[in-house]
Amino acid sequence: MSSHAPETPLLEARKIEKRFGHVVALRDGNFSLAPNEVHAIVGDNGAGKSTLIKVISGVLHADAGELLLEGEPVQIANPREARALGIETVYQDLALAEHLDAAANLFLGRELYLPPPLSWFGFLDRKTMRERAREEMRRLKIGIQSVEQPVVELSGGQRQAIAVARAIAWGRRIVIMDEPTAALGVRESSMVLELIKEVKSHGLAVLMISHNLPEVFAVADRITVMRLGRTITTLTTKETSLEAVVAMMTGALEVAA
Amino acid sequence: MTQAPPASDELEPAPPGDDATRGGGSGRTAIALLDRSWLFLFLLALLGFFWATTPRSTFLTEANLSQIALSTSQVVLLAIGLTFVIVTGGIDLSIGGILFFSAVCGGRTMLELAGTNAQVTSGAYPHAAKAIVAGIVVALLAGTFWGVVNGLLITLMRLPPFIVTLGTYGMTFGFGNLLSGGSYLGAPVPTGFTSDFGNAKFLGVYYPMWLALGFLLVAHVVFQYARFGRYTRAVGSNAEGSRRAGIAVDRHLVKVYALAGFLAGLAGVLDLAIYTNTTSVSHLQDNLNAISAVVLGGTSLFGGIGSVLMSSVGAFIPTVLQNGLVIRNVQPFWQEVTVGATIILAVYLDQLRRRRSAGGG
Repeated sequence: MSSHAPETPLLEARKIEKRFGHVVALRDGNFSLAPNEVHAIVGDNGAGKSTLIKVISGVLHADAGELLLEGEPVQIANPREARALGIETVYQDLALAEHLDAAANLFLGRELYLPPPLSWFGFLDRKTMRERAREEMRRLKIGIQSVEQPVVELSGGQRQAIAVARAIAWGRRIVIMDEPTAALGVRESSMVLELIKEVKSHGLAVLMISHNLPEVFAVADRITVMRLGRTITTLTTKETSLEAVVAMMTGALEVAA
Repeated sequence: MTQAPPASDELEPAPPGDDATRGGGSGRTAIALLDRSWLFLFLLALLGFFWATTPRSTFLTEANLSQIALSTSQVVLLAIGLTFVIVTGGIDLSIGGILFFSAVCGGRTMLELAGTNAQVTSGAYPHAAKAIVAGIVVALLAGTFWGVVNGLLITLMRLPPFIVTLGTYGMTFGFGNLLSGGSYLGAPVPTGFTSDFGNAKFLGVYYPMWLALGFLLVAHVVFQYARFGRYTRAVGSNAEGSRRAGIAVDRHLVKVYALAGFLAGLAGVLDLAIYTNTTSVSHLQDNLNAISAVVLGGTSLFGGIGSVLMSSVGAFIPTVLQNGLVIRNVQPFWQEVTVGATIILAVYLDQLRRRRSAGGG
């Protein structure tokens, strides 16, 4: 498993810029995501990590710069377009419908229907959706009692696992994760980290934001460091150290651009 | 219950200690059963109370029970629409006004088309059939119109449903009274509508109740098994999440409020059919009755959870109270007091339940 970027990156961001009124949240966002790598974006609060990720997931619109998907320039106007390009996002606030069960959440917005004429009235094929949800949970080794249990009754880690499972199930290229373990306890965090490795083994690339550097070092192949709205460097995890990354994040260590 | 095959590196479910509210399977079912059956017990207790405290063969007679069912048919229709609205996390305070407005529009249409003014006031309706059909259509359109207005104001202008529907509640009552002259319509609607439908029975049950039951069944199936119901619950659980999942949340909300408006229009049609005429005073309490039906049925005001079937069971509480108190010769105003207090209690219990189940996360 190589952690080096091949000739054509899966996704490339060039000079992405985003302003909110007078505030420049992102002035120079550059990085490239290789196929099948786990790529972490790290930085202090306000470094522009979330802004950069939101531009890629279609939640925000960049004011300048370009995105290239497999070498081709793309415009991502909204989350729906991102999904159509095979880019799925696991949002920090999970975005699960808590009173629906795991199966319903997995298929939310992409429901399967019974054959016509029942489909004309929107009748759902609940059985197939449940079966597929069970398969997906098994494939990703997510242990939940039943896919028919409302997710409000599940633990935080299980909910996060379902959100990740949804992204993996539908993502064809990239799964973006915004602070996937922020709200979780230690044990639950390690579940989700296992899941991130699992995503990689399913042939997808993962782009994640995290505050937690030990976690980043545990799962990421490469790390892009951001500071004051700029991406300052991309490092190969094995060739760097936690101390070096911290120094770059805080500006104690200057990086030659 | 399906369990994933055990694997060493499996993400194990959190142990029960993590979340005290998550009881074992059987414990949860028992609580759910109690949650659902208390309403039936309450209703039975109410029926028993009135049976025991009224003279023999007044309350518990076939005629009186059918009468209760007849007056409940309208509440059931209102409660169905309101259940969908409340499950989205919204509220519709205008349905009583929409009912009245639709009944006035439908009734006036029937009177205009049934014959000349002189004919109608003397009780002759030469074009009754045509007039009734047109009146029904007008009432349904009027109801749906106001529902769409509610939905558009809530979604396009980002106004709270509580304020929008309070506003349209005033508007519909006002417009209705303007159109009706502030009192009953000039004449009763064509009598056949009442004798052949509103006060006619099929298999011992009044037609309006059959109609309400039919809509109840369809609404239940749609709520449980179709996309419309699932999106209603999804939007009520997490509107932003639903939006990000690609659901057209605003369009769905407009549909839900339109449905509530349509059903209020249909209840307005029943008003004409059952009582031959309509007046605003008899609808001042419709909102209270419908909201209590939904809330007593266990639908949560916080959105995401509800049951159309249970709402229709809850719909019997206000009508049984009304009927029983009248027979007991108690001031019927006690019904309003009781229903009002029951709503507060039911919502309080729901809030406790929610807090309990949210506490663990």
